[in-house]
Amino acid sequence: MLIETCGLCKVYGVTVAVDHLTLAVGEGEVFGFLGPNGAGKTTTIKMLLGLATPTAGQARILGRLPGDPAVMGQIGFLPEQFRFPPWITAADFLDVHGRLYGLSAAERRRRSAQLLARVGLADRGRSKLGEFSKGMLQRIGLAQALLSRPRLVILDEPTSGLDPLGRREVRDLIHELRADGVTVFLNSHFLSEVEVTCDRIAIIKRGRVVRLGTLAELTRQRAEVEIVAAGMTPEIEAGLTQWGRIVQRLAPAEAATPPDAGHLILAVADEAVAPQVACYLVQAGARLHMLAPRRLSLEELFLRVMEEET
Amino acid sequence: MRSIWEIARLTFLEARMRKMLWAIVLLGIAFLILYAIGFHLIYTDLRGAMASNAARLLEPINFFVLAGLYAINFLVVMLAVLISVDTIAGEIASGAIQTIATKPLPRWHIIAGKWLGLALMLAVFTVTMCVALMFIVKLEADYTVRNPVQAIALIVLEGLIVLTLSILGGTRLSTLTNGVVVFMLYGLAFIAGWIEQIGGMMRSEAAVNIGILVSLLMPSEAMWKRAAYLLQPPFLRELGLDATPFGAASAPSEAMVVYAFLYTALVFLLAVREFSRRDL
Repeated sequence: MLIETCGLCKVYGVTVAVDHLTLAVGEGEVFGFLGPNGAGKTTTIKMLLGLATPTAGQARILGRLPGDPAVMGQIGFLPEQFRFPPWITAADFLDVHGRLYGLSAAERRRRSAQLLARVGLADRGRSKLGEFSKGMLQRIGLAQALLSRPRLVILDEPTSGLDPLGRREVRDLIHELRADGVTVFLNSHFLSEVEVTCDRIAIIKRGRVVRLGTLAELTRQRAEVEIVAAGMTPEIEAGLTQWGRIVQRLAPAEAATPPDAGHLILAVADEAVAPQVACYLVQAGARLHMLAPRRLSLEELFLRVMEEET
Repeated sequence: MRSIWEIARLTFLEARMRKMLWAIVLLGIAFLILYAIGFHLIYTDLRGAMASNAARLLEPINFFVLAGLYAINFLVVMLAVLISVDTIAGEIASGAIQTIATKPLPRWHIIAGKWLGLALMLAVFTVTMCVALMFIVKLEADYTVRNPVQAIALIVLEGLIVLTLSILGGTRLSTLTNGVVVFMLYGLAFIAGWIEQIGGMMRSEAAVNIGILVSLLMPSEAMWKRAAYLLQPPFLRELGLDATPFGAASAPSEAMVVYAFLYTALVFLLAVREFSRRDL
């Protein structure tokens, strides 16, 4: 495991930022750490990197204690809201950080040129960072994180401040890293980004992991059947609960459905029950207009999880 | 150890890129030119007026040398605070420190590197300014100051005391608070220095003790007092003509210098400890 935490806690005064966080990230994985603002994502990253000391629990990164110089050379990090010294040029910035990684002069030159080109800033090497837009800063920050050809890259909200094109580029970059066998720990509140890039996802809420698994695993747990039917009675609806729970009642859709039709969503354990539900409704006397099994998108799952009381 | 040097190099680069080096060099030159012109005009006048008693010229020359060096000493203290007050606190506040602290280097290298870079710049400034001023006086009046090496070393040490203290402050305080604290400490030491001097002349033991006590808390001004004492010709001291506003009638002892060294080392170690322990 490249990252392992066990009962990791961080308390600031009376605020519990991270609450007994236990997770493991394996080599080559792209791991999404998903949660709303203030859920404790950045604090967790800081503890993984040795920037903050845990109040309780422990973390291992590449088998060592966080912050151990012996492994920090194999880790690339892009902090949230990456602030740069505005006075330095992009090329000098990469040179300075290459020196801190202990790269040779030749290696620094080669990597700088490669990475500036990789993040689309090849012609801006001599520009000062103070002249950069937010998106360009994010990209030079990414270049910095990749300087030492790291085994593990930790990205904290890498696409905040980027336009859709920039987001797409970061996504492609993460795919490339994965293809190279690099492990990526991605902090994000952009669901679509996590959805398309991550092998496994942890959803974190108030400092605790509330869901953990692959995208398929997470969304399969919460299949739904959308039903539009007329002639529904309370008794018929009550009968539906043998398969699941009615999670939402929607206003009747205007066009296709008759005015007396009900529109509801039934949460079920498995989408395979859809035919049984259809059969039941028809036999019970409801006039079925539509019955559609569907999987939750990550976004819907996320919103449901956030609404749940824990 | 290489990473200490890389961090020091980064402080140089920052000073250069932010044009701070140029500002210091140009204004330092302006200071020296002004001093040379002033000294030339006054010395020419005095020499005419005191042609009959050339030996008496030493007294005003000594006064102007001390005044000039005192001004440099003050600039060194100011610079020590200004160049260092934001270096840790500012980077912690902005988060810029995070990309540096996650590189393969122990945290204390960051403090050591920043200290080294700033201390070197400060030392080069101090030595250059003092030597240039002494050179101007030598050229104009053929006057050689006493104990130049010890005196300059003491002024450098004074700058380093303030610099190290400000770096320590930066590990815990915000930039503004840190600046206020270090300047206020300097002010305390300054006043305590005077209380000690005047107390000494009035033979008030209590006043002298207060002065010494504050010097132990903040030994910066004591370094200047000792430098000023060493710089003056002994016969002026014997004649009792040495208590100029810039000079010193009595000097802090060598033990005080040793203490100042230990004090600086301790403050540095505290800075390392505080920075290594805190969350960034």
